[in-house]
Formats: sequence, structure tokens, C-alpha cells
Amino acid sequence: MTVSLAADGSFVSVTGNTCPRGAVYAKQECTEPLRVITAVIPVSGSNLPLSVKTSGPVPKEKIAAIMQVLGDVSVTAPVSAGDVIVPDVLGTGADIIATRSVAATHL
Amino acid sequence: MNNQYVDLLIVGAGPAGLAAAISAREEGIESILILEREQEPGGILRQCIHNGFGLHRFHEELTGPEYAQRDIDRIRELNIPVECGTTVLSVSDQRVITCVSASKGFRRIQAGAVILAMGCRERPRGALCTPGTRCAGIYSAGTAQRFVNLEGFMPGKRVVILGSGDIGLIMARRMTLQGAKVLACVEIMPYSSGLNRNIVQCLEDYGIPLYLQHTVTEIHGRERLDGITIAQVDNKRIPIPGTEIHFDCDTLLLSCGLIPENELSQGAGVEISPLTSGPVVSDNLETSVPGIFSCGNVLHVHDLVDHVSNESFKAGKAAAAFICNPSHAEARFAVCDGTGVRGTVPQRISAAPQEDVQLMFRPSDVFRNAAAVVECGGQEILRKKAMIYTPGEMAVLTLKKEVFSTLSGDTITVRIEGEKNNG
Repeated sequence: MTVSLAADGSFVSVTGNTCPRGAVYAKQECTEPLRVITAVIPVSGSNLPLSVKTSGPVPKEKIAAIMQVLGDVSVTAPVSAGDVIVPDVLGTGADIIATRSVAATHL
Repeated sequence: MNNQYVDLLIVGAGPAGLAAAISAREEGIESILILEREQEPGGILRQCIHNGFGLHRFHEELTGPEYAQRDIDRIRELNIPVECGTTVLSVSDQRVITCVSASKGFRRIQAGAVILAMGCRERPRGALCTPGTRCAGIYSAGTAQRFVNLEGFMPGKRVVILGSGDIGLIMARRMTLQGAKVLACVEIMPYSSGLNRNIVQCLEDYGIPLYLQHTVTEIHGRERLDGITIAQVDNKRIPIPGTEIHFDCDTLLLSCGLIPENELSQGAGVEISPLTSGPVVSDNLETSVPGIFSCGNVLHVHDLVDHVSNESFKAGKAAAAFICNPSHAEARFAVCDGTGVRGTVPQRISAAPQEDVQLMFRPSDVFRNAAAVVECGGQEILRKKAMIYTPGEMAVLTLKKEVFSTLSGDTITVRIEGEKNNG
């Protein structure tokens, strides 16, 4: 699969893709790559870490900055899967949400 | 000691065991018991906090805990008992299970049918013949994953990963995101055994170099690992002198393959395939012992949990059919690996399968512009072209159930036609 970009980095065309989703992905990946970020953060009131994710894909270049934000987040058990931990993280439109439940009893 | 009877006993509450239980209940089996040695159901998914699970089954990308939770919720809705903290000690060919737990002690359970869903474990250092000292700081990638994601501590700060299996790639990213420096991922083969998306999203995104055709030639350190040496290998995987690279690091993670965990199966007299290291099964996932079925990573190592669930739904359904009518269908066809194919499952097919049969296997090498071909008695019954077949991705071929009545031979052979291209 080949993606052609103009000198200024703007998208021109995709060739050699075998399905329509390939073209969409290739264009996205070459112009503004997106990733869902997952991580674990400490929870006070529990000795188990909480796993979290961005509720949708966010620009790849924001990964480091988002991890920085997560480093400063404080969460207290209990937490339920799906709880919003950080709304609209760094203005990306995606929330940081819990992907599992952590009870307060794990001490 | 108390004696108990259940219609269906399932060993393991990972994605395979849970899916098998759900489908058996949906087929009308009331008496089901799942035994799990961990303290919670969910299996290895509990520690796989990354996303990408469920694209095929749920048409969305879930993290491991989220994927597991969907099955756990369904199991609770159906009121299927899962006994955690319970280790199965043995399974007999008469489907008598012995198990032990802190709360109930030692028990013996007679089952109408058994589904083996124990999963797999990682190839340990001892099986790799790595040279060097036996210092601290060497972990399997999955152990490190458990430490970081479930127990909340980091196994090291400067990390090299040996092997480019998916867990190693995933851990390269996790260790990086949680603050460690991953110096390199080292793979002895000329290609990675991991999924392409993991090479891109776990190594390339973070500028972690992948050294193909390299291996660890020296492990340095006395109490704790303080460095490793890698070297390029030739086509026979022998290190080439003069190509050594040294890394100062405190941690080495091993991601060198997964092995189905079949000690219980062997104890039951189940025939094991030397190619998959899992049971030999027929198209209904029944092992060589009547009434004992097998599914998921204990049968053969899958790339995608979606495939595990799908296979396990079939095993649950087949076990339910056995419970209602305990008959052991004789195999009509033997399935054989041809050129370029390794470890096709199932190994046997009955004369008239109830459903379409999925043949799953790993290509032995990388093939480009290739076709997978299925033949029986000189007759070609399926041909599936692909731009690439690679050992890193399980190939799946579906044979329609109607085709079997038209076959004259007894052996079904799967092979790959095309240019071998490992570079």
C-alpha cells in the first residue's frame, strides 16, 4: 500500500489498498495517526492498580503528555468500570475511563 | 471427602472456559461447574489492559478486562457457578476430577462431560538455553505484565526484550509508558512472530529498535542483571562473531513462545499433538478420550481471543450434545499438514460434520502472493489466496459441511503454494 503526500505533508492519494478500510486507515495514519492509550494508575484505598483507557483514539503525539496527566491523577476506591477519571483529557475530546472495577477492600 | 456429580465440568475460567459454559447453558445444560485456580475469573485477559480485543466478536475494540467482563456478566446472568481459588489436580479418562481449594478442601467430582480450557504458559528461560549468570532481573514478559498491570509495581528501569511475540511487543510499550527505557527487542528469526499492528504501535511508535536475526549471547550480572550482549545470527541461527552489541540494562524480558498447558490432559490419557502441544481433536473439539473436549489456548495457541471464544462456543455446544447422547463419533478423515503448514486443528473430521469446519494452522514460513490449498483424494476442495501468509498470524480456512459427503479419500491435506520469502 502506498500513500502519496504533497510537499507540505497534505494527503494526495492511497494506492494498493485491498479494502476501503485500508484506504481510510492509511490516510489517517499518514496525516494524523491516532491511538487509544491504556495505562494503570495507583488507587488510594486499594493496593491494586486501576487500568484505564482513553474513551476514543487520540493523536499519537499526545501520548507522552497524557501519560504525564495520568501521573498526577489521584483516584480513591471504589471505582467502577466505565467511570470517567479525567474528562476531555488535554482537550482531545476523549475521556480517561476506568476499564475495570476496583473495590475498596483490597488492602 | 465428598463426592459430587455435575453434567459439565469446565477446567479454567478464562475466555475459553467462560464461552464454553455460556454455549452449553444456551444448549440447555443446567448442571455446569467451572473451576478456576486464580481468585477471579477472566484468565490472562485480566492482565491484558491494552485494547484491541473483540473486533471480530463485538465489532469494537475493548481492553482485556472489558472483554472478560462481558462474558463474566453473562455467566452471572445465567447463574453458572464459578469456583475460584480451586486447583484441579487430576482428570481421569472416566471424567472423574479431583480438585482442592482452601474453602472446600479436597474433592472428587464425577462429570458427564469435561471441557479442558486451561490455556497456555510461557516458554521459560530454562527452555531457551540462554548463556550467562542466573542473576535476578530476568522475567517472562507475561510475568512482567502481571507485575505492572495487576500488582502495580515495575520490574525494572532499563529493559531489553528477547523474542518478538505479541506479549513482548505489548510489554515494550507498557514498560515505556509506565516510565522504563526499553532499549531493544531482539528476535532470532528473520521475521517477527507478533502481529503487524503490534510492531507498529508498540515498537515503532516509541522508537524501540527491533533487531531481527539477533539473539542474546551473554547475560551479565551477579546479584542483579547489569547488562546483556546480543549478536547477529546466521541462517542456522548460530551467532556471528564480531557482530556483538552490548546493552547496559537491569531487566531482560522473555517473549519466546507459548506452550499449551496440558499436564491434566495427559493425565487423562488424551492424545497430544507434537505440533500444537495440544490435544488431538475432531471437528467437534472432542479429544481422543470420549466426553473430554478441549478449546482455546490449551488446544493450540491463538493470536486473537475472538477466535478462542468462537472455538469455545463450539466446544460447549458439542459437550452439551455428548451429555444428551453420549456417543463418540468415529473420525472419517485425517487432516494432515502439507508443505508450508504446521499444526492444523482439528486433526480429525467425522463423516458428516454438523457444522462448517474451520481448519486453523500456522504457516511454517513467510509466503507472499500465496494460496492455501485443501485437497482430499487428489481433489482440490478449497483454495484461498492471500498477499501474505506468515507464522505470526494463524490462518483460518472454512470448509462447508456439505463438501464432506462428496469426498472419496480419507486424508485431507492442507498446504501453501507460493514464494517463500522470509526476508
